[in-house]
Amino acid sequence: MSKVLKSIYMPILAVVIAIIIGSIIMLATGFNPVAAYSSLFIGAFGTLPNIANTLANAVPLIITGLGVAIAFNAGLFNIGAEGQYWIGAIVGTWIGYSFKGLPWYIHIPLALVAAMIAGGLWGGIIPGFAKAYTGAHEVITTMMMSYVAIYFSHYLLEFGPMMEKGSVPQSPLIRDSAVIPTIVPNTQLSYGIVIALVAALFVYWLMYKTVWGYEMRAVGFNQRASKYAGMNVPFNIVLSLSLSGIFAGLAGAVQILGVQHRLYDSFTSGYGYTAIVVALLAKNNPIGVVFSALLFAALGTGSQYMQLNAQVPGQLTDVITGLIIFFVAADKIIELFKTMFKKQKKEELAS
Amino acid sequence: MSALLEVKNITKIFPKVRANDGVNLTVEEGEIHAILGENGAGKSTLMNIIYGLYKPDSGELKLSGETLNLSGPHEAIEKGIGMVHQHFMLIPVLTVAENIVLGAEPGGIPYNKKKANELIREISKNYHLEIDPDAKVKDLSVGLQQRVEILKAFYRHAKLLILDEPTAMLTPQETEELFGIMRRLKEQGISIIFISHKLDEVKEISDKVTVMRRGKTVGTLNTKDTNEQELANLMVGREVVLRVEKSEYKPGDVVLSVKDLTVLDEQNIEKVKNVSFEIRSGEIFGLAGIDGNGQTELIEALMGLRQIKSGIIKYQNSDIEKLPTRERYKLGISYIPQDRQQEGLIMKFSVADNLILKEYKDIRYSKNGVIQYKKVFENASKKVEEYDIRPTDYTLLAGNLSGGNQQKIILAREVGSNPKLLIAVQPTRGMDVGAIEYIHKKLLELRDGGSAILLVSLELEEIMSLSDRIGVIHNGVIMDILDGKSATREKIGLLMAGSQIDAKEVEV
Repeated sequence: MSKVLKSIYMPILAVVIAIIIGSIIMLATGFNPVAAYSSLFIGAFGTLPNIANTLANAVPLIITGLGVAIAFNAGLFNIGAEGQYWIGAIVGTWIGYSFKGLPWYIHIPLALVAAMIAGGLWGGIIPGFAKAYTGAHEVITTMMMSYVAIYFSHYLLEFGPMMEKGSVPQSPLIRDSAVIPTIVPNTQLSYGIVIALVAALFVYWLMYKTVWGYEMRAVGFNQRASKYAGMNVPFNIVLSLSLSGIFAGLAGAVQILGVQHRLYDSFTSGYGYTAIVVALLAKNNPIGVVFSALLFAALGTGSQYMQLNAQVPGQLTDVITGLIIFFVAADKIIELFKTMFKKQKKEELAS
Repeated sequence: MSALLEVKNITKIFPKVRANDGVNLTVEEGEIHAILGENGAGKSTLMNIIYGLYKPDSGELKLSGETLNLSGPHEAIEKGIGMVHQHFMLIPVLTVAENIVLGAEPGGIPYNKKKANELIREISKNYHLEIDPDAKVKDLSVGLQQRVEILKAFYRHAKLLILDEPTAMLTPQETEELFGIMRRLKEQGISIIFISHKLDEVKEISDKVTVMRRGKTVGTLNTKDTNEQELANLMVGREVVLRVEKSEYKPGDVVLSVKDLTVLDEQNIEKVKNVSFEIRSGEIFGLAGIDGNGQTELIEALMGLRQIKSGIIKYQNSDIEKLPTRERYKLGISYIPQDRQQEGLIMKFSVADNLILKEYKDIRYSKNGVIQYKKVFENASKKVEEYDIRPTDYTLLAGNLSGGNQQKIILAREVGSNPKLLIAVQPTRGMDVGAIEYIHKKLLELRDGGSAILLVSLELEEIMSLSDRIGVIHNGVIMDILDGKSATREKIGLLMAGSQIDAKEVEV
């Protein structure tokens, strides 16, 4: 138990420090931090619909975050989750509207699996092979592939083959048989949350209990020692980037099937980018991803409410997000604070 | 004689470790003072304090009676303290002169090359350290590179020279040469602090020896009044068996046979040239050589980590040169790689996970792709006890263990699987006396149990005390294979340096 505490202690400290600095900024700019934070909290968790929307917001973050975390675990930086998410969304949408007369229990899995395969190909096979066999850095390749995916989808929607008849750049609605039903009426919370939680458990099991996870983590920590131990390093690079893409693709499809029901131009989510932060804060632990995704989702839903009710600009949550990233990335700084604090205490005791 | 350097009651605490705990040391003028201690005894910390890299938490440092309060190495250098690090701080593409004057160039900008060369010639004459100022450092042997480092210190007017494990990278002949230089420097009134964990060298070269253990100085002795056994006991804190007890040599069948093996490095240069040798069961075959003479490439080829250009590798009568690494492990070959932290272990994996690093797919540890952690932990608790890995908590990350215990994890994994062939590359590198004793014992047990062992080491002492036969490699060629009993240090040393004819003469 103490081990769990130890591992979540730093991320929590990072969040707390970010919140404290956030309040200082609010005080300095003439806002009341207590009012702001309480409205932020109410906005995120105050009512059933608010809770539902926060959870709904967390779904794509959890699933994409899992994908990013798998790559991180293997020592790879999948920065193109956003594009893989788009690819998943495109494929999910296309299967969602173009297949007629399928029962839901075939239509939904079909859309999800196809989106996963597409995301895996996009994020894993291409950048994975490029990395494993030519050494092309995955940060560059996944990011470039991501842009290709995003612009490709714009093309599809703006007078391309997926555009609905009319002048609005959007796809047709998916069929009812492909819709993942909503849990709480009039909110965005669908059974996608179940998929997300199952995915988190699955990834945890995969990474920590199976030989594949063992290998991927070994390769992530030390490629040389893994090679010396007889592991196939290139295979593991491809595998982990593929899995990473598979989950980002799944996230895109779940979002379409459960929330958006169609793809449109302004669909741009940024989930793929936030997912990187989610994984970082979770220290790449799949279970941690669930909680860190919830935190960022809550910041997202709460900020609008805070803006309306406390008149604090919603951008403040971006500041807090930024600070959290900063302190997570720079936990050395937190260490420094800690030793400074300890020293001070010692000196106080001494005097 | 009067005291040049006085270290009084120095304490330095790192998070969780008292690296130096009330350390005392007095170095007289014109004295060679050895600091002896195991790894982690605090030798490096102490030297870094004297050299101004660390600030002590308490205690006093005096040079020629004057209290030092060093803010960094530049101040130490200014006061006349010079240090030659174990890993040289030289720029290979620059000349000897450029390296020596770097940071203190005569004439400032632009730098006066003529004056620099003149100054260096003068210093090298004064101290009998012959060197060509215009040679590029990358073209020099390790011994000469070390000389450049020493000159660097004297160019900056060092009175006190700290040599950190200076013999680690040298051949026996180069070591002798270094000792000659040290003696001459001593005659000229230079004080030298000589850091080492090699007892014989300390005994040979030093006037006084200070032994450190667990951050404390346990005593300063006159070298001539002590012996290696006493020093070893002081160092470890208990009775140590220095001499390896070896049972009779009873070779069995050929286990590994290498024929005409040629291996290229990344630049397609032949690093192993037509090498042939055989190793039998119940035998330790020592491979001696100076670092970088093809040992790495040879071993990587044997393990399937590097492609071979030509030749045959036979293991128990079947060709294995095309088999991937894992298949070779499965055939009963074990491997202790040279760099335990980069090649032998995953530092961020637990001890238990590291113990199955090669066998996690084995039916003993996983079923249908799912790792059976109950079995893994059973194995870990058994191995931790059997190989005395400390601390005994096998869920700790390997990176949190000391170097000696990290090596024990590898040993438990590689020796514990009862291999038919063990390839051990520098298995005791950086280990302290106690751990070396243990590792040697395990290797000999394995040999007596009928395994074949290929031992690669840069420590001649180790090769000579363990091996039944000794192959000497130089520039990718096995110069000769000697009988372990009759081989002499001098002969191996000459072969290591590549002079076959001279070696034959010695034999005659």
